[in-house]
Amino acid sequence: MTASAPLNPRAHHDTRASLLVQDPRTKARNATEKRFRAYGLSAIVLALLALVWLLISIFGNGLPAFKQSFITMPVTLDAALLDKGGKRDPADLAKATTIAYGKLLASALQAEIAAKGIDIGAIKPKDLAKMISEESPATLRNRVLADPALIGTTVQVTVLASGRIDGYYKGRVTMESAALDKNTSPEQLALADKLKTAGVLSMQVNPGFLTMPDASDKRPEAAGLGVAIMGSIYMMLVVLVLALPIGVAASVYLEEFAPKNKITDLIEVNIANLAAVPSIVYGILGLSIFINFAGLPQSAPIVGGLVLTLMTLPRIIIPTRAALKAVPPSIRDAALGVGASRLQTITHHVLPLAMPGILTGTIIGLAQALGETAPLLLIGMVAFVRDFPGAPPEGLFDPASALPVQIYNWTQRGDPGFVERASGAIIVLLVFLIAMNAVAIYFRRKFERRW
Amino acid sequence: MSLGLLSIILLVLAVAGYVLGRRKAVSQVEGDIRKLHSLPPFYGRITALLTAVPAFFLIAAWLLAQPLFLENKAISLINPAELPAGKSAQLVMADVRRVAAGLNMLAARGEDVTPLLASPSALKTALNGAGVVLETEPTPSTLAATAALRDAGKTSRLAMTIAALVLAVAGLAFGLSRINPEYRARNATEQFAMWLLIGSSLVAVLTTVGIVASLLFESIHFFQLYPISDFLFSATWTPKFGGGSSLGILPLLWGTLYVSAIALVVAVPIGLMSAIYLAEYASKATRAWVKPAIEILAGIPTIVYGLFALVTVGPLLRDYFAQPLGLGNSSSSVMTAGLVMGIMVIPFVSSLSDDIINAVPQSLRDGSLGLGATPSETIKQVVVPAALPGIVGAVLLAASRAIGETMIVVMGAGAAAQLSLNPFEAMTTVTVKIVSQLTGDTEFASPETLVAFALGLTLFCLTLALNIVALVIVRKYREQYE
Repeated sequence: MTASAPLNPRAHHDTRASLLVQDPRTKARNATEKRFRAYGLSAIVLALLALVWLLISIFGNGLPAFKQSFITMPVTLDAALLDKGGKRDPADLAKATTIAYGKLLASALQAEIAAKGIDIGAIKPKDLAKMISEESPATLRNRVLADPALIGTTVQVTVLASGRIDGYYKGRVTMESAALDKNTSPEQLALADKLKTAGVLSMQVNPGFLTMPDASDKRPEAAGLGVAIMGSIYMMLVVLVLALPIGVAASVYLEEFAPKNKITDLIEVNIANLAAVPSIVYGILGLSIFINFAGLPQSAPIVGGLVLTLMTLPRIIIPTRAALKAVPPSIRDAALGVGASRLQTITHHVLPLAMPGILTGTIIGLAQALGETAPLLLIGMVAFVRDFPGAPPEGLFDPASALPVQIYNWTQRGDPGFVERASGAIIVLLVFLIAMNAVAIYFRRKFERRW
Repeated sequence: MSLGLLSIILLVLAVAGYVLGRRKAVSQVEGDIRKLHSLPPFYGRITALLTAVPAFFLIAAWLLAQPLFLENKAISLINPAELPAGKSAQLVMADVRRVAAGLNMLAARGEDVTPLLASPSALKTALNGAGVVLETEPTPSTLAATAALRDAGKTSRLAMTIAALVLAVAGLAFGLSRINPEYRARNATEQFAMWLLIGSSLVAVLTTVGIVASLLFESIHFFQLYPISDFLFSATWTPKFGGGSSLGILPLLWGTLYVSAIALVVAVPIGLMSAIYLAEYASKATRAWVKPAIEILAGIPTIVYGLFALVTVGPLLRDYFAQPLGLGNSSSSVMTAGLVMGIMVIPFVSSLSDDIINAVPQSLRDGSLGLGATPSETIKQVVVPAALPGIVGAVLLAASRAIGETMIVVMGAGAAAQLSLNPFEAMTTVTVKIVSQLTGDTEFASPETLVAFALGLTLFCLTLALNIVALVIVRKYREQYE
């Protein structure tokens, strides 16, 4: 090294080297720095925008599902039509089919229109009846069968308007599209507008969306989530009853008792891998073991619950072990020191202290199971089910649907009204998930302890 | 007896066992519990455990295994001469099971079903009314098999109830007989509990065994019907449920890899850059709310992404990109599914990368900054190279997630199996075909259905390999800095 060597190897790049003026290279480096930060920031903004976009799209499409067009009018329940025997005998009453009730509703609507003095234009009576949902006669029939005293009286009924009329007020159906549609006509929509001004037709909150069962392909306005919510609750019950005890027991064994040997290693690797197995593989497992081998019924919540239990187990075991590990050894030593057995140490001291962490993990595992769709498709939960399952435990073997599968099912149908239903169902699903996660966060905040 | 009632009786017996066991122990020492080996509740607990646990295990095992034994008898009653062309006895058994289930449903409603078994046409109408739709009228041998199955089912149910109750009472008696002041009830209880704990941790192993066994067994079955070389190397996928179908996996694998590749192209830059920003630049306050917000993306069910692809992203890409560019006019496409799946896997990349970048020792950064490097130069030349193995692991995990994803591709990618480079064309993936081959009424003996198991096996092996490689890399990397 000679004394003449420049101290700054970069000096020859810039002869005006000064501490106060940035040389071009420094400028370039600082610009790169700024750009890099901007890339990072825009990546975050992009990710958050994607989230916002997703939520806006779902809520925008789904919120209308909670409101529905209803027609309110007085209906005279003509005894001569509904009860030919006149004895109010339930067997006799059941003979009056939905067709009879449909005619009743149609003439009631005609009478109401005449009473309000509305000009129906060129609409034929047959098309007039089409403004009422095909589901409404059945609803009215069930109401009458449940309370035969109504026969012969005039009752005020609120019935669903047809899906096309409803779509018109939600922007799905326009005058132009109605002209091409054989299920409705621009005249019908014009009449609907007049009915709306007269107060016969109105948009109301639709509780039936949460309580009614699914409806057939042509009646999106009547489709509800009742059976799907019941099925999902049943499955979550099965998962909770099986996965929580088994998961906690397995974690306690592996964390507190298991000797460190090849077999325990194998179990641990196993659990880590099971957590990453694609969910559809669990569906294949359920199909071949529970349905084909064990002969359990298809579409039953018990099978769905068992499959989801196996899927959720590793997701419960991993956080539970972390929670057990977080309890300091001094607690165990103290308990063992005063003569407790190892199992007593665990049940009396370690488990209660780890409980908040265990519950948080369990709730998050349950929330994941609630949204799982793919395995349920394979075990036949896509079937069209209208009957509510019975009370557990027998009801666990009855066919039912599940929230995410119902959503999938609705997206596969032709009528565009079902897209709104599916998005609405997703809002319901997300509300359940947010509630569960909120409970989990509450547990963590309230009971979290730092040692 | 219904299952609910049986469970309640068993629970009552267990409570009785607890009370009796405790009382017997206390009475044997005339109330002076100091003379007992264990505290009185332990005598109650071991008796209750011996009463209820074996009985419940018996019920579970019985319910799982009974169809095996029941159907053997019923299947022997099916007359091979009556089998319709191309149908196996197994398939007829599926009908038998459905008819039996339908009859049980009618019987549960209080209807008399005995005359129905005598007349196939009346049976068909009655079952149609109950929602069980039969294609043809059941043959006499099917009816005989149905009757045999229902009888056997009833007998088996009764036998199970009796066996469970006998076992419970025997357990109770056995537990009580062992009680004396010297009996080490606490040790016995804990030993019992320990076996339950070990059994629980074996469930995970059994699950894996079940997965591998069911996939392998049915795949072998498939390869006996369909040559394995055609499955692996044929480039056409045209399943026909009449036979003569071509079931090559290549177009499906191509679709799977294409969609996953697009997903990774979306997710890796966004995920990695946000992880870097959060770990190196963001203030604590920003980090505290941005990180959970991005992780919400991982908590949203995949069906939601599926609907998003179907309703929003698909039509958008079709109207603004595919059609103007003349690349196609299908709203479900590889691009749609890949884009949405990319959004879904962002948090998988970002969270894990964030952890890994944070694990790079601060001293490395300090050294680089001290030499005059700017923060971005430090990140690019020191932090990321040091964290690279872990980041690769994170990307591999995201890839395995993308390959195994089902709902987004079912709703967003389409169903046409083809080898094409155009990202705006509908293509299909392994998972989509598993769903489509296994849903609906399927005949289990046909290669068109069984191929789903071979596809499942391929998927399982692919994701397992990716996971293992990723885990090994991440673990190695962690050791390096610990």
